[in-house]
Amino acid sequence: MGYKAKFRVWRGEGGEGRLEDFTVEVNEGEVVLDVIHRLQATQAPDLAVRWNCKAGKCGSCSMEINGKPRLGCMTRMSTFEESETITVTPMRTFPVIKDLVTDVSFNYQKAREIPSFTPPEDVEPGEYRMQQVDVERSQEFRKCIECFMCNNVCHVIRDHEENKPAFAGPRFLMRIAELDMHPYDVVDRKESAQDEHGLGYCNITKCCTEICPEHIKITDNALIPMKERVVDRKYDPLVWLGNKIFKRSS
Amino acid sequence: MEIERHEYDVVVIGAGGAGLRAAIEARQQGKRTAIVCKSLFGKAHTVMAEGGAAAAMGNVNPDDNWMVHFRDTMRGGKFLNNWRMAELHAKEAPDRVWELEAWGALFDRTKDGKISQRNFGGHEYPRLAHVGDRTGLELIRTLQQRVVALQQEDEKLHGDPEAYIKVFAECTITRLLKEGDAIAGAFGYWRETGKFLLFDAPAVVLATGGIGKSYVVTSNSWEYTGDGHALALLAGAQLINMEFIQFHPTGMVWPPSVRGILVTESVRGDGGVLRNSEGRRFMFDYVPDVFKDKYATTEEEGDRWYTDQANNRRPPELLPRDEVARAINSEVKAGRGSPQGGVFLDVSTRLPADEIVKRLPSMHHQFKELADVDITKEPMQVGPTCHYIMGGVEVDADTGAASVPGLFAAGEVSGGMHGSNRLGGNSLSDLLVFGRRAGAGAAAYVNGLAKRPVAAETAVEDARTEALAPLERSGGENPYEVHHELQRTMNELVGIIRKAEEVSEALEAVEKLKERAAHTASPGGRIYNPGWHLALDLRNMLLVSECVARAALLREESRGGHTRDDYPKMSPEWRRRLLVCSATPDGAAVSVEEQTQPSMRGDLLALFDRTELSKYLTEDELAEYDAVKES
Repeated sequence: MGYKAKFRVWRGEGGEGRLEDFTVEVNEGEVVLDVIHRLQATQAPDLAVRWNCKAGKCGSCSMEINGKPRLGCMTRMSTFEESETITVTPMRTFPVIKDLVTDVSFNYQKAREIPSFTPPEDVEPGEYRMQQVDVERSQEFRKCIECFMCNNVCHVIRDHEENKPAFAGPRFLMRIAELDMHPYDVVDRKESAQDEHGLGYCNITKCCTEICPEHIKITDNALIPMKERVVDRKYDPLVWLGNKIFKRSS
Repeated sequence: MEIERHEYDVVVIGAGGAGLRAAIEARQQGKRTAIVCKSLFGKAHTVMAEGGAAAAMGNVNPDDNWMVHFRDTMRGGKFLNNWRMAELHAKEAPDRVWELEAWGALFDRTKDGKISQRNFGGHEYPRLAHVGDRTGLELIRTLQQRVVALQQEDEKLHGDPEAYIKVFAECTITRLLKEGDAIAGAFGYWRETGKFLLFDAPAVVLATGGIGKSYVVTSNSWEYTGDGHALALLAGAQLINMEFIQFHPTGMVWPPSVRGILVTESVRGDGGVLRNSEGRRFMFDYVPDVFKDKYATTEEEGDRWYTDQANNRRPPELLPRDEVARAINSEVKAGRGSPQGGVFLDVSTRLPADEIVKRLPSMHHQFKELADVDITKEPMQVGPTCHYIMGGVEVDADTGAASVPGLFAAGEVSGGMHGSNRLGGNSLSDLLVFGRRAGAGAAAYVNGLAKRPVAAETAVEDARTEALAPLERSGGENPYEVHHELQRTMNELVGIIRKAEEVSEALEAVEKLKERAAHTASPGGRIYNPGWHLALDLRNMLLVSECVARAALLREESRGGHTRDDYPKMSPEWRRRLLVCSATPDGAAVSVEEQTQPSMRGDLLALFDRTELSKYLTEDELAEYDAVKES
């Protein structure tokens, strides 16, 4: 059952590093993270990797496996040929701290730039009444485990450092959509989605949707509907005229 | 070497549900608050909670109220619970859940638009507020986003989002510091840089969760190394009920690399049944006397209960977790287990496929991705997994205060609330209720201080030396090996079924491992070095394991999460006796003392009937009950 696999793992810190080769035992049913742990325990005790739950629920062990963003804990070794060399590298969009661990503070910065959920002032806790069908849209987005792989894979920032200040990334544009679709949120988020958080940068290549480990339809269900809401507001000539005449903000 | 210094009013160690709720409360009461988390912000073990948060809102069955919830909690804990905590918990849980909704949480709904509630083991009525089977994620994300909302408020008011509440992510505390008896701060290191930092703070709230990483088969994540338990002990506080560990009945058993990962109790709450290799629903054979009149005796009655709870009793698959875990263990031992050493948990023949995917999406996903099993078509194989420790820091129920002035604890790291066994769903609500209380307790303590205690520089220097030791040694023990050895020891010798000889053997082994842990060496530098981090965590795991084993050896009865093969009966005498652990400041010696469980307040005692109480209480206590009833 067990076999020896060939692994190439990116090692390094402070902007420098290289791929290091390992030969390591693999047992039935194991995932890539198991193999990384075996490397730590037997060959490379200081090999840095983030992980927590090892069950695909916390979104910590994001890495790139053979160039594809994946959760280490949900990538089974049985999906590779035994003869294949498996290359494991850190997420490319974020600066490397050490080995497979990257500095993901960009994401926490962006999270803080999105205005929080704002309910009407006259609703007390316990008085909320919502239908299941009305909460389901936002619930889909709240499945997000914040692995940040959508932001990692998005070409707007993956190879364009210069776009980072103006672009919240799929994760946080989806957060805006989530709040916009929340039955009790009162903030108007359409203009700011476009003007402050860079929704317009998204040209719906759906890379984020493709790699989402929670299978959230980020593009179809969050970003495109949000773009439509923006278009309705910003470019509808009647709305534009109405706004000019009555100075309506919403 | 430079040590970064920070001054705060309240330092919360741990950023799961309890820690975040405590920090939010302290900040809302105007205290400058630091949140220290071992992982990234939002990654805590709370995300693993699946089923829901128990709160007697009565949305699904209007007969539910705090008194029913209180009774269920006491029964689940086999009456060993700190009754004041159980009372506060049952009374305040609904408000805590509703508050989350006002912070943006989106729970599943009932037809009339209220928060939906689901059935769970040991709960008389549908009581768990939930979001599919990912309730913990909803809870952590909501609290995380609440912290962000407060930071946005502070940015508007003070121009600095971190003026009053700041998250120190990937930061680990290794020592609490004191002046005299009182807390003066905390010492730790940044994982990212390996640099040290010191918090000058008069109040510390421990919210570090559990100890599962001392066991091989566990549902717990890597962070669960008993840090808060150990920090409290080393600072002079006491731990109670450490012998009680919950083995969740349903963990994955195959493939080996996922052994222990949780399979939510919601599977059973939503209709899933347990069968052995002979196809028998064996739980009907394991209903203990104390629960005989509350559970169905036939499959037909159990099945009817899902649609008509007024006229039928619950199926025994929904007994409290300790009962189900022991039953599965017995079936496997008797040779009636599944091929991979568990039993079968089947929902595929009980619900339509689309309903399963809708109600149990994470389980569907988890089995498909990790085990090639489609739970809509075939049964799962499951077995017990180390899940939760009922024991923890002994605290004052109302404020979360430990015996050391300035030290507070909430959530899994605190002890008492759940007695000898926790009901499913009572953890998320516990985090919220007592997280808030500990945050408020810490804030009130700080308000009452005449002067802030200051830690002695020698203590800081000692903490620094201790933390650096594994890096400075060369050619010592491999910390990973010591850890694996400890996990095997605890799993095999202080596991779900215990015997005096085996527990004694474990204590000897732990003693030897302590010796080895003192000589671990971690090659590599200080930047994000997991071998070094593990070497430091070992001290905590060993100390806590010793407490578990010592208490387990002393308690000569079986109750909840403590089953002694050599003392299989539950004893009313032992119910009145709580075991309290303390340690010397260097952690070298652990001692255990007995303490008498205080009698339940009359009005709470009167909520039960005499026949039920007579199964748990001594004659003297029953006389107290009779006196209450007469007056």
